[in-house]
Amino acid sequence: MSTHAITVTLNGEERTGEVEARLLLVHFIRDHLRATGTHIGCDTTSCGACTIMLDGLPVKSCTLFAVQANGCAIKTVEGLATNGEVHPIQEGFMECHGLQCGFCTPGMMLAALGLLERNPNPTAEEIRWGISGNLCRCTGYQNIVKSVQYAAAKMAAGGK
Amino acid sequence: MIPGSFEYHTPSSISDAVALLQQYGEEAKILSGGHSLVPMMKLRIAEPEHIVDINGIAGLDYIKEEGGVLKIGALVRESDLEHSDLIASKFPIIADAAKLIADPLVRNRATVAGNLAHGDPANDHPAVMLALGAEVVLTGGSGERVVPISEFFVDLLETALKPDEILTEVRIPMPPANSGGAYFKIERRVGDFAIIAVAAQVTLDASGNCASAGIGLTNSGPTPIKVTAAEAYLAGKALDDATLSEAGNLAEAASDPTSDTRAPAEYKKAMVKQMTIRALRRAAERAKGGN
Amino acid sequence: MTEITSESLGGIGQWVKRKEDPRFVHGKGKFVEDIYLPGMVYGVFVRSPYAHAKINGINTEAALKVPGVITVVTAEVLKGLKLDWMPTLAGDTQAVLAGDKARFQSQEVAFVVAKTQYAAADGAAVVEVDYEELPVVMDPEAAKAPGAPVIRDDKEGKKDNHIFNWKSGDAEATDKAFAEAEVTISQHTHYQRVHPAPMETCGCVADYSKITGQMDLYITSQAPHAHRTVFAMISPFQEHKTRFISPDLGGGFGNKVPIYPGYVLAAGVSFLTGLPCKWIETRSENIQSTGFARDYHTTTELAATKDGKITALRVNTQADHGAFDAQASPTKWPAGLFNICTGSYDIGAASINLDAYYTNKAPGGVAYRCSFRVTEASYIIERAVDALAQKLNMDPVELRLKNFIQPDQFPYKSCTGWEYDSGNYQAAMQVALDKIGYPELRKEQAEKRARGELMGIGVSSFTEIVGAGPRKDFDILGLSMNDGASIVVHPTGTVTARLGVKSQGQGHETTFPQIIAEELGIPQENIKLEEGDTDTAPYGLGTYGSRSTPMAGASTAMAARKIRAKAQKIAASMMEVSEEDVEWKNYKFQVKGVPEKSKTMAEVAFAAYTAAPEGMEMGLEATVYYDAPNLTFPFGTYICVIDIDNQTGEFKVRRFVAVDDCGTIINPMIVEGQIHGGLTEGFAIATMQEIRFDEQGNILNGSFMDYLLPTAVETPVWELDKTVTPSPHHPIGAKGVGESPNVGSVPAFVNAFVDALSHLGVTHIDMPVTPWKIWQILKEKGIAE
Repeated sequence: MSTHAITVTLNGEERTGEVEARLLLVHFIRDHLRATGTHIGCDTTSCGACTIMLDGLPVKSCTLFAVQANGCAIKTVEGLATNGEVHPIQEGFMECHGLQCGFCTPGMMLAALGLLERNPNPTAEEIRWGISGNLCRCTGYQNIVKSVQYAAAKMAAGGK
Repeated sequence: MIPGSFEYHTPSSISDAVALLQQYGEEAKILSGGHSLVPMMKLRIAEPEHIVDINGIAGLDYIKEEGGVLKIGALVRESDLEHSDLIASKFPIIADAAKLIADPLVRNRATVAGNLAHGDPANDHPAVMLALGAEVVLTGGSGERVVPISEFFVDLLETALKPDEILTEVRIPMPPANSGGAYFKIERRVGDFAIIAVAAQVTLDASGNCASAGIGLTNSGPTPIKVTAAEAYLAGKALDDATLSEAGNLAEAASDPTSDTRAPAEYKKAMVKQMTIRALRRAAERAKGGN
Repeated sequence: MTEITSESLGGIGQWVKRKEDPRFVHGKGKFVEDIYLPGMVYGVFVRSPYAHAKINGINTEAALKVPGVITVVTAEVLKGLKLDWMPTLAGDTQAVLAGDKARFQSQEVAFVVAKTQYAAADGAAVVEVDYEELPVVMDPEAAKAPGAPVIRDDKEGKKDNHIFNWKSGDAEATDKAFAEAEVTISQHTHYQRVHPAPMETCGCVADYSKITGQMDLYITSQAPHAHRTVFAMISPFQEHKTRFISPDLGGGFGNKVPIYPGYVLAAGVSFLTGLPCKWIETRSENIQSTGFARDYHTTTELAATKDGKITALRVNTQADHGAFDAQASPTKWPAGLFNICTGSYDIGAASINLDAYYTNKAPGGVAYRCSFRVTEASYIIERAVDALAQKLNMDPVELRLKNFIQPDQFPYKSCTGWEYDSGNYQAAMQVALDKIGYPELRKEQAEKRARGELMGIGVSSFTEIVGAGPRKDFDILGLSMNDGASIVVHPTGTVTARLGVKSQGQGHETTFPQIIAEELGIPQENIKLEEGDTDTAPYGLGTYGSRSTPMAGASTAMAARKIRAKAQKIAASMMEVSEEDVEWKNYKFQVKGVPEKSKTMAEVAFAAYTAAPEGMEMGLEATVYYDAPNLTFPFGTYICVIDIDNQTGEFKVRRFVAVDDCGTIINPMIVEGQIHGGLTEGFAIATMQEIRFDEQGNILNGSFMDYLLPTAVETPVWELDKTVTPSPHHPIGAKGVGESPNVGSVPAFVNAFVDALSHLGVTHIDMPVTPWKIWQILKEKGIAE
């Protein structure tokens, strides 16, 4: 089977790879680009641990082929902070105890960010629906909701 | 969970895509949203030798009203529907369904056309489109043909699509005044496929009676089901409790679910009735201008 | 000099933000799957599609032709290394790869090793195994039926599927109390088979050097030291040249306590090839083959007077242990601490009889977010008390209050032999009743019932038993269940501490420094905690059974106190007074009655390395292995309100109040988070989670598509409160909290469901309680259409 030369912009940096067509995007990001903050929690598109931003929209990178991301901009958890300054969403999770084991956290933050970009001032209920594609086994979500509310307030105040 | 190997093609036009389908026949699969196909490939339930990725084809991501018809292009994502003002104002039934399909991340990729083309009775749009009396445009080697959605679903995971055809557009007649619709879904958990779901669309006449109704059932048989008996029954009637209940009975009678890990068949049948009643009631409220 | 306070130090009881968080929110956590080593190869399992099948042969030819495939390991290969079977933590044996036959669906049959994960998967897809199907045994009833197929025919002389019988309590006294009882109830429950499903699956990277003989094993282990010792006992690897590193763990919940075939195979492959070998489970493999929990079929009986005083408890359980007895229970306790099942009640007599059986299901029996089998115990007693209340037509709260162990009875000796350290059950109950507005809810319920609407109020007053444990009673494969803490105060007054336990999200890096801060007067931000590396951490049995705070929390406090005792001598010498004239006050050493004459711990630390008194060893450090005098007994009362749609059976948890008493609280923020998480898992077990099988032994829901976990949408909003009753024997009075909310909430939910339907004559619904199960009842009762 043939391979494909692909180029993506990962967190603002141009990265290339020579990949099999069947290579899943999450494996490209982790195994090839070694950005290991994006995790794998299931094999059925159910958990959201692999959530990334693809051209500005949060998606599950386990259900896309790397070749599909050719020419696209990818943002992963490693790209949330800018110039060493934490993003309000990261700050929110740290301030509000929005994480415990930390495994779902990168995907959770990116899904939440996707929500806030569409809806800057969500209700608690809207946040719960907005992160319903991301499973967490530690927090019971309650403090994640608070974390997202914290980030929303901070972003509204011009934090980002 | 690693997919098998395949050749990857990126046509830049529908005709190129169709040419690839003609060349590779059954060995080729169209990749649009990919959220039905890729999971099956990861499980190696599907092992296509050729993937024809249509995501690079320009101009297929429209939602537009044209000549009294709503047209949805092949690359319109579920999240596009979810956030479309046109859909929210004219097709609350679609907005209801879109919000309940998988999760927000999946909806950023999954497409309406793919949801239909997969031919899975567990998918949500088929019932909605049956209730709305939609048509689908199938484009293949011998050109375009327009197929009523009621003739599209042939059997479990089997549609009227020929191996060289692509579902390129969904067409839905714009509802007349005093119309409303709703989609009611019973699910084990948010994001799951429906245990069963019911799509109902009604148009009221000047006296507030039902002028016409469309009812579709999700996951209630081997194919999506259009409940024509209930649709016929409702025409001209006042939508009172007794009438709704009888429509529910007719929907239940039309359903043919099987017992599975989601629920026993008897529950599914009973819920078809309940959800039919509730969906019709909400549809009627919306037709009267409520939400 | 500004005053030093617990608040300024971030000491015990302070709301301190977590030190773990920055690396996780930047994607810089280091999980096992994040380990990439040069030349690393990948292993993927071939698994049995059958629950019970003889293996007549394995053809690896096609797999070996797949580009990138290096080797295919089968049981035959392992046999040569004497690694085809391994011991389990319960003292049984488990096949590393199925050789003679497969004993459960998805059992490991072959291990395909390749240069890439993709090639290994391709290879695994073409390994041909010749199976001959055998009849299956899917539950204890079938296991004990005459003529049942013998699953463990590998064991010499084994003629049946019985594993063990275990008895506790006084059967004679119990029978007598039942014979004399005015009222009795009997209730059958099945605590279904569930899986902990932490977000990170199990896996490892083994890295063996043929040159040095050193084996480094990066592993998803809740108990790295214990695992290393067991590993050294069964393999050619010597303990001092074997390093287990348990890096960041993406949750554990008991799933990462057993030893799995994948660990052994990765190590074996690395040993044979000299190449690092990585094995990471898929989620489906995780659910289908590793560490399940529960699966107890139980009949619970209560004897009582007609005014509601419980006189005796009788319990009969059939436990489904799967194909290998791999449960994680201390040696002396084959059914764990299940005989804590008298719960929060002063019951005169109890008798427990339990039989465990082999079945054609995956091995496990792990303590899933609970101390060993305590969830099962709490569930049966809290359900039974509700059943008794129902029979007596008495409010379940009133019945509980009537039977609670009284505050002045502590320390309380239960009739099954446990000594409860401290408690005040009435107080916790009262806080819960007040917070939720119990009388008003009962009034509302009565009004709703009159209108045909369904609403349930569920109460649970649980007692946990955690912190195993005292070494006279607790060991795993002979290893005493004690835990070490090692603390070094550096010359500049900062601290490195190391523990034998291992956090999986509980925030040890934050809370344990808080204990040290409180004891040593050093700000918590100047204290670093390390765990999980057997080369550096003191010995310990790991983290599960809510044992980290009871065990390692105690050793931490005691090691710190040892340091303080030495520091006091140094401080006296620095201030040129006798040791007796120095006191530890306001987090520093001061001369008695002369507060202006004082030395901080940092000043003393510098002196310890630069000017230790004559005759004293330099340095300031201590290691303590703590042997607990007793376990600790957290408790609480939970109340749940559920509304049910009377036509669909769909429900919504309207309110859930949880009042916990875990003794001294080290960090309220983290305790709150632990409770939120535990309640959510309890909700999941009560309403969603269950591993189901068909009659042929096929798993019906072996992936996250069908093994359902709640999303944020279903998860209720939790309302928390607390009482604080410190443990009298624990150095800081703490008891442990991570598992209470799971132990206590499950019966609260089920009690609420049953309560909603009790007026229809419903006395029990087996978990998971789903809308369709409720609907079936409503239909039968003529409520739903």
